[in-house]
Amino acid sequence: MNFTRRETLALGVGAAALTVLPFRVHAAADEAIAAFTGGAEVGEGGIELTAPEIAENGNTVPIGVSAPGAVAITVLATGNPTPGVVTFNFGAGAASQAASTRIRLAGTQDVVAIAKMADGSFVQAASTIKVTIGGCGG
Amino acid sequence: MASGVKPRVKVPKTAAAGEAITIKTLISHKMESGQRKDKEGNVIPRSIINRFTCEFNGESVIDVTLEPAISTNPYIEFDATVPEAGEFKFTWYDDDGDVYDTAKKVAIG
Repeated sequence: MNFTRRETLALGVGAAALTVLPFRVHAAADEAIAAFTGGAEVGEGGIELTAPEIAENGNTVPIGVSAPGAVAITVLATGNPTPGVVTFNFGAGAASQAASTRIRLAGTQDVVAIAKMADGSFVQAASTIKVTIGGCGG
Repeated sequence: MASGVKPRVKVPKTAAAGEAITIKTLISHKMESGQRKDKEGNVIPRSIINRFTCEFNGESVIDVTLEPAISTNPYIEFDATVPEAGEFKFTWYDDDGDVYDTAKKVAIG
């Protein structure tokens, strides 16, 4: 196989883009993200996901999300049998667009939080959580 | 699962007008995910609380959609503003159609 100079360059750029991508998201999670955002572009920043680096027990992993100015925040576990975890919709009485809860994780994976801002834009944050014992036992 | 479900909520009894308070809620529920199997290999059917709402004097504070990935005895913590004396109303919706609710009064002081 002979590559032209142009093709080689394109390959190089593609490979670089793949390694630079901050996290890998599974297909089911991609669909869940699209369902929440409606296919809109998802930016970075303005949202914080608080999660432990290592969770000994996947049955109860404490997480917190905070996104000032958000109307809704959804949390997705990309490595779970079903990626959806929780969606917080904030009303007028909420003092801050922050909430925390405890979730189940099947194994070591990336957890993604996506916030829908008041202006209709979307931002996301992700965090890798190492799980020692999975929380979806059979 | 109508038995053994007990909602617990922690709200300060008094707050300054306009103050932001932190509310902690917990409800005892097994949150069966629908992924587990019993000894015979049959899937245990899903039975979870799928929605939780909090209102203050009829105004929505938070509306949460819960999925099977929420732990047993779902715990939710959030912040609310107290503009005046009133009552927080908490409601949990079960998969089997049951609704559990509780209320807490807050005074200005």
